[in-house]
Amino acid sequence: MIEISPIVIFFAAIFTNNMILSNFLGMCSFIAISSEIKTSLSLGQAVTFVLTFTTLLNYLVYHYVLIPLGLEYLRYIVFIIIIAAFVQLIEMIIDRYFPALYYALGIFLPLITVNCAVLGVSLFMVIRNYSLMQSLAFGVGSGIGWTLAIVTMAGIRQKIKSAPIPKGLEGAGITLIITGLMALAFIGFSGIVVIQ
Amino acid sequence: MNTIIMTVAAISAITGFLALLLSVANRTIANYGEKKILINNEKEYIVDGGDSLLSALIENEIFIPSACGGKGSCGYCKVKVTEGGGTILPTELGYVTTEEQKEGIRLSCQCKVKEDLKIEIPEELFNVKQYDYIVEKIEQVTDKIKHLRLKLPKDNEIDFKPGQYIQILSPVYKESDEEVYRAYSIASSATDKNYIELLIGYVPGGKCTTYIHNYLKENDKLTIVGPFGDFFYHNSDREMILVGIGTGMAPILAILRYMRDNNIQRKGTFYFGARTKEDLFLTEEIDEIAKTLKDIEIVYTLSRPTPECNWTGPVGRVNDLLDKKLDDCSNLEAYLCGSPLMIDAVLDVFKKKNFEEQYIFYDKF
Repeated sequence: MIEISPIVIFFAAIFTNNMILSNFLGMCSFIAISSEIKTSLSLGQAVTFVLTFTTLLNYLVYHYVLIPLGLEYLRYIVFIIIIAAFVQLIEMIIDRYFPALYYALGIFLPLITVNCAVLGVSLFMVIRNYSLMQSLAFGVGSGIGWTLAIVTMAGIRQKIKSAPIPKGLEGAGITLIITGLMALAFIGFSGIVVIQ
Repeated sequence: MNTIIMTVAAISAITGFLALLLSVANRTIANYGEKKILINNEKEYIVDGGDSLLSALIENEIFIPSACGGKGSCGYCKVKVTEGGGTILPTELGYVTTEEQKEGIRLSCQCKVKEDLKIEIPEELFNVKQYDYIVEKIEQVTDKIKHLRLKLPKDNEIDFKPGQYIQILSPVYKESDEEVYRAYSIASSATDKNYIELLIGYVPGGKCTTYIHNYLKENDKLTIVGPFGDFFYHNSDREMILVGIGTGMAPILAILRYMRDNNIQRKGTFYFGARTKEDLFLTEEIDEIAKTLKDIEIVYTLSRPTPECNWTGPVGRVNDLLDKKLDDCSNLEAYLCGSPLMIDAVLDVFKKKNFEEQYIFYDKF
């Protein structure tokens, strides 16, 4: 286990090791839902929520089920199953008992099951040998980082709605170029901390 | 060997546990019990809660128009929910205007039945039914358009107004892994209640049109839901402007056939637009109808005639033609069917000429 403060990991996950901008994970919902600030903020919150809990669950399953049984190599499939089941369950619960929350987050939950950032965080947690606290900080931080990236993107996309974009670049094309530019800016932070 | 057994056991245990958890949750948390839906304050239905309003209604054979099949991407399945249903969801906002929201309009495919509901739907939707037609004839009328004649088996009848449309249920087949509903205008006369005729243009990659054009054969069964639509013939003495572009000619043909069958003599002009001469179709029948309906003038117009067409008639888009021809719009009534682009262009011309809006009927597709 490496000795890095969870607080450092938390901030690193937001700025220097941003899931979207330095790992390019979770791109499809990032491109598809980033046309409006309000909805992208809701999606970001849902991602943060799911990331926090699935990282925690996957940590527990990995360290207390898979390692004792010597089945570490099953983590890919087990993580995916746990994420999918968790999202399903949470959607049902929110839909039934928290109508207001369902209104804000619930409808985005099915989109997140297939978000590769969620699986990515769980796998990084294993590869980088994080402790429970470190994993939790990494999960929450990655969620907030993902939210930051998508909300920023939505803000930029709202601004460029009226800009004269070459026809061939409209929509996903210009979004990917902007993502690249944003990634360059974020890479500038990357020397500040090392978390792996 | 040990590893294999361990792997299988671990995966089975984990998935089994999660599956159990989910099915328990499905039975308890997602089980809303039986709920009542009261429609138009008269008809009451008992449904299993938890489903979308659209599928709950379809289960009770009430067919709300829906082109996307409940994915929340077409915006057709609007109903007025007066009681229950919760607040409008972000997925609906793009399709329901602010005024409609105040009235309680919802997309029935997104609104879930979690409590007793009171809803209002147009009375005519009770008339909408699902029919299994037999394909009697398929004919290629241009290189991209097929003419279908469908027969209702036994003594079944369909009641529709000339100009309305139906939806074809395109089944799962080799090139499509899902069932889709797609809307097509009825081209046959409303007096002919055992048959319908459709004119279907080929759309590259289109799930339903590919099925119709490449897979459907004569004597096959075809499932149809309908009739729908508020675009239909109105009785009046006003002079008619009929515009049909490409397959948009279908509902206009239905109106003309209906007028012929009921011997309705009104003054009017039918503009049938197409790209080239080869894209005009069923012109013989149209000319035949024009002989009976003496006061209807037929104008064929081509937007891009080739030298091979030997075309002497009017050239250009219908909106330009109307712009030149129309003068006094005070006693006119218009029926337009075609692409949104063409209809918007024609509406602009009408607006410029102070055409009264209440007498303009159109169907964009």
